[in-house]
This record gives sequence, C-alpha cells and structure tokens, in this order.
Amino acid sequence: MWNPKYEAMERDKLEKLQFLRLKQTLEKVYQLVPFYGEAFKKVGIEPGDIRSLDDLNKLPFTIKDDLRDNYPYGLFTVDLNEVVRIHSSSGTTGIPTVVGYTRSDLELWAELMARTLAAGGATSDSVVHIAYGYGLFTGGLGVHYGAEKVGATVVPISGGQTRRQVKMMKDLGTTLLACTPSYALFIVETIEEMGLSPEELQLKTGVFGAEPWSENMRQVIEDKLKIKAFDIYGLSEIIGPGVSYECPAKAGLHLNEDHFIPEIIDPVSGRVLPEGTTGELVITTISKEALPMIRYRTRDITTLTRNKCSCGRTHARMAKVSGRSDDMLIIRGVNVFPSQVESILLEMGETAPHYQLIVDRVGSLDMLQVLVEVSDELFSDHVRGLEKLEKKIRLEIDNTLGISADIKLVEPKTIPRSEGKAQRVIDRRNL
Amino acid sequence: MVKQISVFLENKSGRLVRVAQALGEANINIRGLSIADTSDFGILRLIVDQPDKAVAELKNRGVMATVTEVIAMEVPDQPGGLAKVLAYLEAAGINIEYLYSFVEKQSRDAIIMMRVEKIQEALAVLEENNIPILSGERIYSL
Repeated sequence: MWNPKYEAMERDKLEKLQFLRLKQTLEKVYQLVPFYGEAFKKVGIEPGDIRSLDDLNKLPFTIKDDLRDNYPYGLFTVDLNEVVRIHSSSGTTGIPTVVGYTRSDLELWAELMARTLAAGGATSDSVVHIAYGYGLFTGGLGVHYGAEKVGATVVPISGGQTRRQVKMMKDLGTTLLACTPSYALFIVETIEEMGLSPEELQLKTGVFGAEPWSENMRQVIEDKLKIKAFDIYGLSEIIGPGVSYECPAKAGLHLNEDHFIPEIIDPVSGRVLPEGTTGELVITTISKEALPMIRYRTRDITTLTRNKCSCGRTHARMAKVSGRSDDMLIIRGVNVFPSQVESILLEMGETAPHYQLIVDRVGSLDMLQVLVEVSDELFSDHVRGLEKLEKKIRLEIDNTLGISADIKLVEPKTIPRSEGKAQRVIDRRNL
Repeated sequence: MVKQISVFLENKSGRLVRVAQALGEANINIRGLSIADTSDFGILRLIVDQPDKAVAELKNRGVMATVTEVIAMEVPDQPGGLAKVLAYLEAAGINIEYLYSFVEKQSRDAIIMMRVEKIQEALAVLEENNIPILSGERIYSL
C-alpha cells in the first residue's frame, strides 16, 4: 500500500477529515467563483448551512455544460499565475472543456496515481510502459507522474507504432503496462503476429482504464499476456486517472475518499440512493485548488460499498462502470441502460455483437425486445444451441435488470447503422 | 466426411431466396438441403458442389454461414433399411443430432446425411456393420 495512513484510515477519522476539507472548499468556491455563489443562493444555501456530511445533498449539482458555459477559466478559483498545467477533454459535442492544475494539484495527482500504480504492483524496481496518449488527454501525463513518484523506471512511449512498442517492452524488460484495455488487446495480437510469446516479456501487471471493459476482456488480457490486469477510473473534470483504482482483491475500485466525496443518485430525480444501489456517480472534490467541483455529475453508472476491503483499505469501493446515465431508458419503472445489455452480451463471447433495444407499449405494459445479430462466435448449427443462447441472454437480462425481455436473433448487418455505429435504441412508446 | 453448409436465416420473407440466388450467381449447385426452424429463425443446411467457395460467397454478402462436418452413408432403399442402421448407432450409445435424406438418381440406395457429436465413434460403428460411407468428393460430384 502506497500511503496506509490515508488509504487505510479509520472511517470515523476519514469522515472528520472529509468534513473539514469540504467546509474549506465550500467557503472558497462560494467566495471566489460567481457560478457557485449564484447556484448556492438560488437554492437558498450558504456554506454555513452544511453542518455535517449528510447535508451535502442540499447543495446543487454541477454538470458538464456548466464547464462549457464557463469556458475556459470561469470555474477556476485561482489566478492563472498559480495554474501550472492545462488539460482538456475534446468531447464529441463541440465546445471542449478545460481543466487546470496548481502545483499542489499536480502533487496530489501524482500521489493518487502512485496509490493506483502501487495497488497494481508498481515499485521502484518496476519498468513502467505508458502507452496512454500524452498531451491534452489526462491519461499519459497522469500515469507518468505517478509512476515517477513511485520511483519506477518510466518509459513514456505514448500511443502508436505497436510493433516498436512490443520490441521496446521486450528489450527494456518492462514489468507494468499502462494503456487502454482495447490497446492491450491490440498489443496481444501484435505479439502473436511478431511470432513472440508472452514468456519472452517480463510483464507482470497492467493498469487499464479510460474506457469501459468487461470481465471477459480482463480474462483474455490476463491469459494472453500472462499478467494481472487492474481497472482504473478517472475523469478530467475531477482530476484525470487516479479517482479510483483496483487493489489485488479485485473487489471494486477504491475511490480516494480523503480527496473526493462520492454519492450515488437517481439520475432522474436527483435523489441520493442508499448504499449498494445502482445509480449515477456524483463526486465532490475537497482538496483540489485550481478547479474544485461541487457534486459533479459524472454520468457514469455504478454502485458504492463502504465495507472494509480484505486488502485493508477503508475507502469506498465502486463497481466497474456499467453505463452512462444519458442513455437511460425507463421500462416498466425500471432504469435500463443499453450498456448493461451490452455487457451481458459481451460475456457471451470476446466481442459484443451488434444489438438493438426496441421498446414498445402494448396496452399499458412496456415491452422490451432485444435484437441480437448472430456472429461467427454465437452461431451454432443446432436449433437447440441457438435457443439456449436466447434463453441465456433472457435469463441474464432478467437477473441483472429485473425485467423480462424478448430476445430475437437476427442476421448479420440487419440492424441499421449510421456512420458505422449501430442505432442502439428504438423507443416506439408515445409517452 | 462431408462438408455441409449451415446458414442462419431469419423467419421472414425473402431470406431463403436471397441465399439461393447468391449461390446460383456464383455458379454453385445445390445437391441437397434441409431446414430446421422455430417461429423466429431457421437453420438451412445445404450440400453443394463447392462448399468452401459457397461459404465465402455467402459471407461476402453478409449471410451467416459456416461449414459443419456430417457423415454421408448409403442405406438400402427398402422398408426397414434406415431402422437397421439407426439400431446399430443406438446400441453403441451414439446420439444423432439430425439427419436428412439425399436422393441419388442413379442408385437403388438412399443417401442419408447425418450429424452426430461423436463422429469418429459413429464412423467406426458404420464400418463394423458394413454400411457404405461416402466421401466428400463423391457427394460433391454426384
């Protein structure tokens, strides 16, 4: 454990620390950022009204659009002469968002990434291969400073030129690989193409994040690279990678609660949900300087547990992110995310087949039909085999979502695609 | 062993004709076929003269098709002919997944295509009992 004093802090002490830091953060943003001042006044709240952590839910949410509306520096609490680094997330919708870091923010970030990498097996003896992109994206530099803080030998190779990457890993005796899980799979293929075997490399572990991935993908990466693969989570609005990370127990991702307070809310009502319930992750930063975030809606869907982990860490654990709240459907009163269906389908093979959810209302009852394109991997010459597949998908959906769906296998390429992406949802209900 | 092509078909109009046309245009001759279906989908099983080419052509057109190995055997075309063969397999504990017949114009025997899980065991049982087994080459060129 990199920093047992904080990572394994007793919960009552941790909560005292959180409250102290929360108060300081609230006073600061209330005074210094007009956006927060107005937002707090609008709901009739002053920092003094927050008397315990339980009062956090009285504060208004912050959303991605607030960052865009205040682009570029409107939400910063410090002058630019104190900001030493900018990162940006491009986003697919036009205006980018910009985030800033003071010197102490960068130190904090390195500390959190050191925890992350240490949990993933990094020590000063490690050779760490960083194939996340360097630049405005937080992935490359975020991991970089954490790996240096651990004292590892850092190879800042960034993305691309995969054959060269494999050769470098082999020649340099790389022990830890950091990249996106899909790039790890690409590296697996490249190693095979080059006629190498994973035994010729010294790789022991990998930390993978920045995109959703399934347990099945983890299995493939672990088997083919002969490593232990760890999931890491973060977003630039909060700090970048280093928000939460898996420990060797692989029982969820520890969220650095001494610096971030997580909540799970119902994405529709905004109500805070009880522990263990699936909903949208909301994070308040309590020690960042340049760009504090109050109740930032991540749009990521997960669950939280605060039970102590077998590894000794006390910080809350979040489940692997299972979807985005923007895509949520309400079917028979149940919140359904297309990505939940996707992860079920992913577990049926190595890659998820194309699928489409069709929601309709017959009488007063919502009906969900799931079309699944038959792939080479799923196809069976037996009627029974295909019926079994349909049944398996139906049962998994029922178990995970609590609703019964009609599964229909369809021929390849029959689900309409727009610009290469299949249209995931058709809602025929007139609500 | 004979290469059979298994094709996934949705149960709606136009699907079967699409497959037949694709094979016709590629100059592939269908020697025998059978369909297993449910209310939603069907599996079309085809014996053709050029199985590998047929699968490639169908895949090119976005049709889900794979090769499945089946056994082709000759069974006397008379009452009880099939029953006798099935009894041998039954006695050896070999489970038949499906079978269908394939009519040869010049012969007095019927040709039966059969899919079993334990292919090697089934072949041994048939040989022991002198049931003629036909090779892929023989079937494709009929």
